[in-house]
Amino acid sequence: MDTATLTEEVAAKTIPIYIMGKRYEVPETLTIMKAMEHSGYQYIRGCGCRGGICGACATVYRKAGDYKIYTGLACQTVVEPEMYLTQIPFYPANRASYDFESAKPTAETIYELYPELFRCVACNSCTKVCPMDVEVLDYISALKRGDITAAAEISFDCIQCGLCASRCMGEMAQYHMAQVARRIQGGKIAPKAEHLEKMCGDIDAGTFTDVLEAAKVMTEDELKKVYTEREMEPHMGADEWAPASNHGLA
Amino acid sequence: MKLGYYPGCTLKTKAANLEKAAMASLDHLGVEYKELSRWNCCGAVFSLTDDDLIHQVAPVRNLIRAAQEGCDTVVTICSQCYNTLARANKLVRDDEEKRDTLNRFMDEEPDYNGEVEVVHYLSLLRDQVGWEKLREAVTNPLDGLKVAPFYGCTLVRPEEVAIDAVDQEILEGFIAALGADPAAFSAARECCGSYQMIAHPEEGMNRAAKVIGAANRSEADALILSCPMCEYNLGTRQGDVVAAHDGLSQVPTYYFTQLLGVALGLDPELCRLDLNGPAAQELFVDKNFIAAATV
Repeated sequence: MDTATLTEEVAAKTIPIYIMGKRYEVPETLTIMKAMEHSGYQYIRGCGCRGGICGACATVYRKAGDYKIYTGLACQTVVEPEMYLTQIPFYPANRASYDFESAKPTAETIYELYPELFRCVACNSCTKVCPMDVEVLDYISALKRGDITAAAEISFDCIQCGLCASRCMGEMAQYHMAQVARRIQGGKIAPKAEHLEKMCGDIDAGTFTDVLEAAKVMTEDELKKVYTEREMEPHMGADEWAPASNHGLA
Repeated sequence: MKLGYYPGCTLKTKAANLEKAAMASLDHLGVEYKELSRWNCCGAVFSLTDDDLIHQVAPVRNLIRAAQEGCDTVVTICSQCYNTLARANKLVRDDEEKRDTLNRFMDEEPDYNGEVEVVHYLSLLRDQVGWEKLREAVTNPLDGLKVAPFYGCTLVRPEEVAIDAVDQEILEGFIAALGADPAAFSAARECCGSYQMIAHPEEGMNRAAKVIGAANRSEADALILSCPMCEYNLGTRQGDVVAAHDGLSQVPTYYFTQLLGVALGLDPELCRLDLNGPAAQELFVDKNFIAAATV
């Protein structure tokens, strides 16, 4: 059934929203992104995963009679009546390039790449505007006192939408600094997962090549058979349970 | 009193030798405190501009964090942090209009009206522990060590936040409690050269030379400091200062907290004398305050 022919009883109630200042009536159940499409906008940029993870659809809005700035991801945030919104799909933010291999795991690495870090006055606008509720000021503060690990942990949920950079009175690109911190933390500070390294070595050494090559030439039925007949851990298996064969995993 | 500890950025990076012995000493002396779990830069320098309230946001936010953690008093060790936090606190208490503006601006935080007291570590030692009790806790008295006490600017200026009046001599009382001798040191409350060491090196060096020269004339064995910037100008850069000025000789520098830790008999490794350079370690070995193997 076409939307236009829906009866009033089954169609969602519509509410007024303002996209870049122009009023539209949209069904109240839509996300901002769907409401914009409903209103005739077609996404070329500013729309990525539609799943709240890619950071492409950061949206800034205000509500009638309220001085606060609100933010959200257009793909995740449901419209509200009298919402005044615009998307900020891209905000200029310079990213410093560096050689990861030779970068020292110290805060000085970040200070050299982003000396503007010290322009922070702790105004907290970054934290207030973050659609992911990351405590941006806290990770910037951690970086200023050289705590890369804390900065990496606090910034973990960052999706790099850039709204922090759009509001920063120190004109910083906080999220790029946090990314350097997470890379250094992951690559140079956190303990190495030795079993992972060994497994990657085993893969490179061809341990699983035969099994994989055999699977690639199986028919669908053969694959199903192998899959359903595979040995599985019993639901109530004892702690010491181990498969009869590890197919080269041992 | 519920005491919070505000560390400040430099103590977590370059000035571990200011922090470690200080906190271990508080534990040793039975002073209970809680290190703040959330804090930002203190603001580094108190802004003197009348209409520049944004620079008060950083220190005031730290005081809000302290209040949120249930503290009624915040202790800090770095002179600069102390000065910035204490002056911001005074501004909040004294200026209703500015306090209101700050509270409105930080609308995501609870209102702050100056409920938290800001104290410097030396004041805490004097007023909560007391020189007498400190003297009794000393197991490794610094006998025969003549110490030049350097206050610099920010512990004692301006008067409203000074940790003591000129005639009270808090650092001298501290030195005496550790069993050492305070030197009669004419440059105790001079400027170390401050940021001029970088911005205008010649003027900065001249300032630092004045302090080193006075320490030499006082015949002090050691110069003690409470501020990482003073340490940079008078300690890290001392070789350059002495080389550029006739008649100066080197004098080992320490943070006052390192003397405290050594005098209380704490593990010398905690005092991080390794960060002070060899002369500071050698003097303490010569005086039998620490064993040669510990440094």
